[in-house]
Amino acid sequence: MKWGVVVFPASNCDLDAYHLLRDVLGEKVEYIRHDAATLAGCDLLILPGGFTYGDYLRPGAIAARSPVMGAVVDFAAGGGPVLGICNGFQVLTEAGLLPGALYRNSHLQFRCLETYVRIESSSIPFTGAAETGKVLKMPVAHGDGNYYLPEEKRLELEENGQIIFRYCDFEGNIVREANPNGSVDSIAGVCNRAGNVLGMMPHPERAGEKILGSEDGLVIFNSLLEFYGNREVRGGA
Amino acid sequence: MPDQEEIRRKLGLSDSEYELIKEHLRREPNVTELNMYSVMWSEHCSYKHSRSSLELFPTSGPRVVQGPGENAGVVDIGDGFAAVFKIESHNHPSAIEPYQGAATGVGGILRDIFTMGARPVAFLNSLRFGELNSAACRYLFDGVVAGIGGYGNCVGVPTVAGEIYFEPCYERNPLVNAMCVGVMPLERLVLGKAGGKGNLVVLAGSKTGRDGIGGVTFASEELSSDSEKDRPAVQVGDPFLGKLLIEATLEAVENGLVTGVQDLGGAGLTCALTETASRAGSGIEVELDRVPLREAEMPAAEILVSESQERMLFIVEPEKLEPLQEVFKHWELDLAVLGRVTEGREVVVRQGGEIVAAVPAESIAGGAPCYYPQSREPAYYKELAAFEPLTLPPPKDYNRVLLELLGSFDLASKEWVWRRYDHMVRTSTVQGPGGDAAVIRVRETGRALAMSVDGNGRYCYLDPYRGGMLAVCEATRNLSCCGAEPVGITDCLNFGNPEKPEVFWQFEEAVKGMAAACEALNVPVVGGNVSFYNEVDKEAIYPTPVVGAVGLLECPEQQGKVAFKDEGDLVLLLGGNELSLGGSQLLKSACGKVAGRPAAVDLELEKRVQDLSRRLVREKLVESAHDLSEGGLAVALAECCLQGNLGAVVDLPVSDRREDLVLFGEGPSRIVVSVKPEKLAETAALAKAGGVDLFELGTAGGGILKINSSSKPLISLTLDEMKQAFEGVFKWIME
Repeated sequence: MKWGVVVFPASNCDLDAYHLLRDVLGEKVEYIRHDAATLAGCDLLILPGGFTYGDYLRPGAIAARSPVMGAVVDFAAGGGPVLGICNGFQVLTEAGLLPGALYRNSHLQFRCLETYVRIESSSIPFTGAAETGKVLKMPVAHGDGNYYLPEEKRLELEENGQIIFRYCDFEGNIVREANPNGSVDSIAGVCNRAGNVLGMMPHPERAGEKILGSEDGLVIFNSLLEFYGNREVRGGA
Repeated sequence: MPDQEEIRRKLGLSDSEYELIKEHLRREPNVTELNMYSVMWSEHCSYKHSRSSLELFPTSGPRVVQGPGENAGVVDIGDGFAAVFKIESHNHPSAIEPYQGAATGVGGILRDIFTMGARPVAFLNSLRFGELNSAACRYLFDGVVAGIGGYGNCVGVPTVAGEIYFEPCYERNPLVNAMCVGVMPLERLVLGKAGGKGNLVVLAGSKTGRDGIGGVTFASEELSSDSEKDRPAVQVGDPFLGKLLIEATLEAVENGLVTGVQDLGGAGLTCALTETASRAGSGIEVELDRVPLREAEMPAAEILVSESQERMLFIVEPEKLEPLQEVFKHWELDLAVLGRVTEGREVVVRQGGEIVAAVPAESIAGGAPCYYPQSREPAYYKELAAFEPLTLPPPKDYNRVLLELLGSFDLASKEWVWRRYDHMVRTSTVQGPGGDAAVIRVRETGRALAMSVDGNGRYCYLDPYRGGMLAVCEATRNLSCCGAEPVGITDCLNFGNPEKPEVFWQFEEAVKGMAAACEALNVPVVGGNVSFYNEVDKEAIYPTPVVGAVGLLECPEQQGKVAFKDEGDLVLLLGGNELSLGGSQLLKSACGKVAGRPAAVDLELEKRVQDLSRRLVREKLVESAHDLSEGGLAVALAECCLQGNLGAVVDLPVSDRREDLVLFGEGPSRIVVSVKPEKLAETAALAKAGGVDLFELGTAGGGILKINSSSKPLISLTLDEMKQAFEGVFKWIME
């Protein structure tokens, strides 16, 4: 199994995802350039956080049109697992791989702080190792994490079990004060219909070592390893 | 056509400086050359008023690889690695355009670090504003915070520590000092030298435009009511390009593609060309027609002094040009060969086939006159020093006083600020903002770096000598409270107009105090920045030297923290007994007064306290350690309680001193620690052996901070009451 971390110009959490996978989890991992035509045989993809293209135009908008995204779209269509974190989530919505959009935080400021999220569904490969309802402590760091989609679409997501994380307090209660950006229905992460593409604003790669304050983010990587670890993953390029 | 005299006046060159230029050139300079000299001989670039005093600083030591004079200082941190750091001011631009001023301050200091070949790993900053009840100050404050975040967050370097204070003297002249720390393998160090005849001189990064024209000259003058018109002197930052430039430059350095690197900051191309040539004792010939421009038909002088951001100058062996071009193409950045390194010592600039400037590199980069300004003790000094705060009646309600101090903008939690900075990216921040110092792990070696910035303008105003000492002591003590050994400091000296004898006296005294503390504590100064002319309409700021200190830990797990940990831990006070309410937060907050003298410093004791603190923290004898600063013992105890979410019951040491002095008096060389009862004996023995007094204050636990004096209750506040005061004041006034 090999992980790929896609690096766009001014991705800046690429290093953190790479470090966690290689040094903490002992996984094989490779960087994939924004102008690459193929995914170098990677089995799992991460679109990391950062400020691709300086967030100019809209966060993720320019990166979503990078050459590599063709291969990413094919990979996802073939059922390959894609995890978009923070700016990576923004890229995935801009690329049309995930529903909804990420607006400016409702208070118009950047926010970097520890948050708690509740796992709303553990029936996808990204959360399978945990119970639904489990509370995870993970930091956020973004200026545009205010997830929005129209009410009927949101109901559709809810019905399909595509809402994966909601911001909550440390006991798991969904309360307004726990939501760092004003996202609709406290949504922190969603997946596509097939369940193989996940976007989330919190940073699981920043919550993978005790010395950093939390190891809760490992749930996501471990779930993926558990799900895909024992069998061949079908990917694109 | 304005005559030469008018031009040079506009450029800020004095008659004697003009004569000196003629001597260097043995002829009249043309307008382009005048422009070049004027930016390089500005105070900002030439340190012409400060050089003689700065020689007092100790700048060498067993760990020092590169002291002052390069883009940043370099210190050996073991295992073949080095820490590279520097602090710099961006005060004037931030006064006019707070967002861009602060953002480009961050971008500028960032370039200084990766120019040396180091990977930037942390930002710190030190900020001063006027009081926030003024809408103008709130605008500056909000803009500066947004600008620091705007640049720092985008380039993926965490902003991990800082300090912010508010005094009326900074109302129209805020201070924005940005510091950056980088890490690199020692062998990768590159300097800003244009060596090797025939090597190519290459300009990379952003195109050159008309922003930041004469920025350094603007920074070397007093501000006034119509400084607004100088807005074009403020540079505009592009953090996206900045991030690409980091990656491309480090890739070039790692692959050995460049022999010299210099960033383009203050004084732009002029500075980069003349400094690199002067350091190498060589010359340079360039064609300005090859400089990628944002707009056509910029005159030579403008191209040469433009401070457009995100540009780098490389010295490249001809056969390495192609691989270098590959790297920059990959990062989608411009690269232009401007010319070559030559044998002479002249920088020759051509445009349209004609020589537009030909100047001896050294005369421009190092040939500025050195001034020895007059120095005179200011009239206010003795008068304010004579004020004895203890002639005022003591406060009646100490609970109220403590809450007021915790809720003052100076001391209140700055979370409102630092939650707007990404302080976690790179997943190496093992202690973020809010503690005595931030701690960054160095994955390559398994060690960790602690870092802190400190300065106290009030102390320096009242007694610049003691104030200078106190700044160095406090910054290094913060490191020692984290268990780190201070390995070097960088300083940013913010003062008024040095041509005024009273201001220069403040400067001299502060530098003397800082130098004495550095000597005594064995900490070298490896770089820094002087910012003079911080005056608006002739009113100077408080003299404000800011010290950025970097320390080394054997491993991240060694670090100490401020927070009280467990019920029943004993609370101890270590160190000094020298206290004063002069210049204290109590005097300012309760009486609105800035007067008296800050406490005297016993540097020997300071060293013993710091040595002891490091030992106690590293050997895990103590559960927490916190340095005592503004607000004294009471505020320090409250901070330990709030961070640990744990109360404490303490009794003040018996003394015949006034209670307000003991509770809120400020003095150096003091630390609060907490220990497990079974570790008390060992801790006390070490303190005794280390020549440091130890007082048992009481016990941590419960949900209330109780401070008694001989069993008489002075303070009793719940964690919630303190928290309410400590948190939320910025949100309240700013939103």
